[in-house]
Amino acid sequence: MKSDDLESMSVLADPVRRDLYRFVAAQGRDVGRNEAAEATGVQRTLAAFHLDKLVDAGLLEADFRRLNERRGPGSGRPAKVYRRSGPERTVSLPPRDYRTLALVLAEVVDRLDGDSEGQDAARRTGERLAAASENTTLTDVLVERGYEPYEEDGRIRLRNCPFHVLAETHPVLVCSMNLAMCEGLLRGLGEDRLTAALDARPGECCVVFAAKDVSG
Amino acid sequence: MHLAQLNVAHLIAPIDGPELADFVAALEPIYAIADSAPGFVWRMKQSDDPTEVITHEYGDDLLVNVSVWESREALWNFVYRSPHLELLRRRREWFLRTAVPYTLMWWVPEGHVPTLGEAMERLESLRTRGPGPEAFTFKEFYEPGAAGASPSRAEIPQ
Repeated sequence: MKSDDLESMSVLADPVRRDLYRFVAAQGRDVGRNEAAEATGVQRTLAAFHLDKLVDAGLLEADFRRLNERRGPGSGRPAKVYRRSGPERTVSLPPRDYRTLALVLAEVVDRLDGDSEGQDAARRTGERLAAASENTTLTDVLVERGYEPYEEDGRIRLRNCPFHVLAETHPVLVCSMNLAMCEGLLRGLGEDRLTAALDARPGECCVVFAAKDVSG
Repeated sequence: MHLAQLNVAHLIAPIDGPELADFVAALEPIYAIADSAPGFVWRMKQSDDPTEVITHEYGDDLLVNVSVWESREALWNFVYRSPHLELLRRRREWFLRTAVPYTLMWWVPEGHVPTLGEAMERLESLRTRGPGPEAFTFKEFYEPGAAGASPSRAEIPQ
């Protein structure tokens, strides 16, 4: 754990900032000051102050963008917008480092060509996690696991990859295991109307859930 | 500079056999995704057949593809962040596992069209001498013009 990660977290001690951070993170796109203020029920100047504190702490990043299509005189200055910043923060007290060990283990599984054993273990883990969860719907379990689900074209997509660092170093292994874990979540919930599949695209988790094709 | 890549795979069965049917069926849509992917520059073709498999003198069981991309990110997003990922997930159904590297990259001047011979020589270099500026991988990646420079290792956790 880096000491600045702990400092970043302490910025979130303020409940207004926490609400603003959660709101911006959940949108998955650039958010203006007005929108953030309205959504969290605080004044615009107060929202702006706290949003900039979150930028200073590195939890959000800011940009300037025209929020409407108008151009030229009268279209106004570009507005300041915010989005979640890329780098991840981990705070563990006392310090723990599961990431380095996970990287080593992923390397071992790759070398042993243990993809299918990895997927089997991930499927069992998903099943256990879902069965042990207090949540009973897929969406709630996905939220609990940090996937940040959202709906698009009748399918459930996942905004966040909980295994991002490993998915960058061992993408095929980790994405295959992630799919298997998601299949396990469905099984653990007894949810047989949905099916999980890989549909990777940049910046998101690789798995999507769709209604089972019962026509075939 | 543009990023060229070679990928080789040893088929477990003849390309026109039932074992490879799912893979062959996926070729046309995957080629179409590659051709329209952001940052795609070129890929090796021998005909207009949308399901073409490159023929060559390195053995009938060896599947090869060579392509050129604008950047590491463009190639990465096609390989791992598109429907191509599903083919990689299922690779053991169609290809033999190899203990030696089966994919590599190198930088080429814009407009350069790599040949298969050039690509295979670089694969040999990667296999015998390990990664370097003339033949490298995603894991041990070299920036363009960085002869003698150390790779930017993606593996090291921050």
